[in-house]
Amino acid sequence: MAKFRKKKSGGQTAINTASLPDIVFMLLFFFMVSTTMKEVDLKVEVRPAEATELSKLEKKELVTFIYVGVPAKSYQGLYGSEPRLQLNDQFATVGDIQSYIAQSRDAMRESEQAKMITSIKADKECPMGIITEVKQALRKAAALKINYSANEKAEVR
Amino acid sequence: MGKREVQEVNAGSMADIAFLLLIFFLVTTTMDSDTGLARLLPPMQEDQPDDTPPIKERNVFTVLVNSNNQLLVEGKPMEMGELTEATKEFMVNPEDKADLPEKKEQEVPFFGIQRISKGVISLQTDNGTEYQTYLMVQNELQRAINELREDLAKRKFGKEYEKLEKEEQDAIRTIVPQKISEAEPKNIGGN
Repeated sequence: MAKFRKKKSGGQTAINTASLPDIVFMLLFFFMVSTTMKEVDLKVEVRPAEATELSKLEKKELVTFIYVGVPAKSYQGLYGSEPRLQLNDQFATVGDIQSYIAQSRDAMRESEQAKMITSIKADKECPMGIITEVKQALRKAAALKINYSANEKAEVR
Repeated sequence: MGKREVQEVNAGSMADIAFLLLIFFLVTTTMDSDTGLARLLPPMQEDQPDDTPPIKERNVFTVLVNSNNQLLVEGKPMEMGELTEATKEFMVNPEDKADLPEKKEQEVPFFGIQRISKGVISLQTDNGTEYQTYLMVQNELQRAINELREDLAKRKFGKEYEKLEKEEQDAIRTIVPQKISEAEPKNIGGN
């Protein structure tokens, strides 16, 4: 047990900083591992649909996201309350998909372009009309590997 | 109290504490991974003469979903819960019924000559169908196929499908193909 002592004037002791690197590295590792690059700010409301037979999206860098849903409250004045698309950080129309896909394909390494996956994140109450349009646009853009984003659902049978 | 040298705090165990914390965070943080149903879209065909032979009615398993999220399977209304069983019966056709799909014989590695169903699942939705319903239908169809594959893997190899070698999985996939076709969009079931 350490006992408190009256401090003698002068004679400042240096704190041992040998373990400071450890702490810094620890923080560094922690952030490196747990940070997912900030995905875009969602401007549309996406309540994920549920399913059971899911597969994981393995490689994040191969995935391009398309968000479909009703604009969030603060944007409804401007964009109305019909389901809309969001590509990157902006509202978009189905016509923009082709150039968006081409753009994200260009950003990939050539060897990986064929493995590109497009993930459709749509609100669960979104009507199929707009999703069918999106799918047609993806077919035109030759982005054929898609993934309907969904969350795990408790088994109900 | 006697005059003493100022003691240094022993920092030898600091690294241990740091690693402890590191490991704690590593274990407890869950990276949110994205999950979903993977599908392959058919390539866009532009102005190609449609000379593929028409598929026989008995080989097609039609699933229609209307704007009220109701199912019509092979002309009969159906609940979501029954879809998996119906799909399995269609794909297997155990009694070789005349209204269920034909089979063609084919040599498959590991299995020898097998009779493989020619069945195709056709899924058509209305513009007003909810996404969740559509996804559930896809999910049930997928489940039927997954269960058939799992069954076969258990019977033949005594292992789960996931744990098989790639060639074995390929063989099973040949016997239980996943043929889900989605019709070009149409407006059925009104408004």
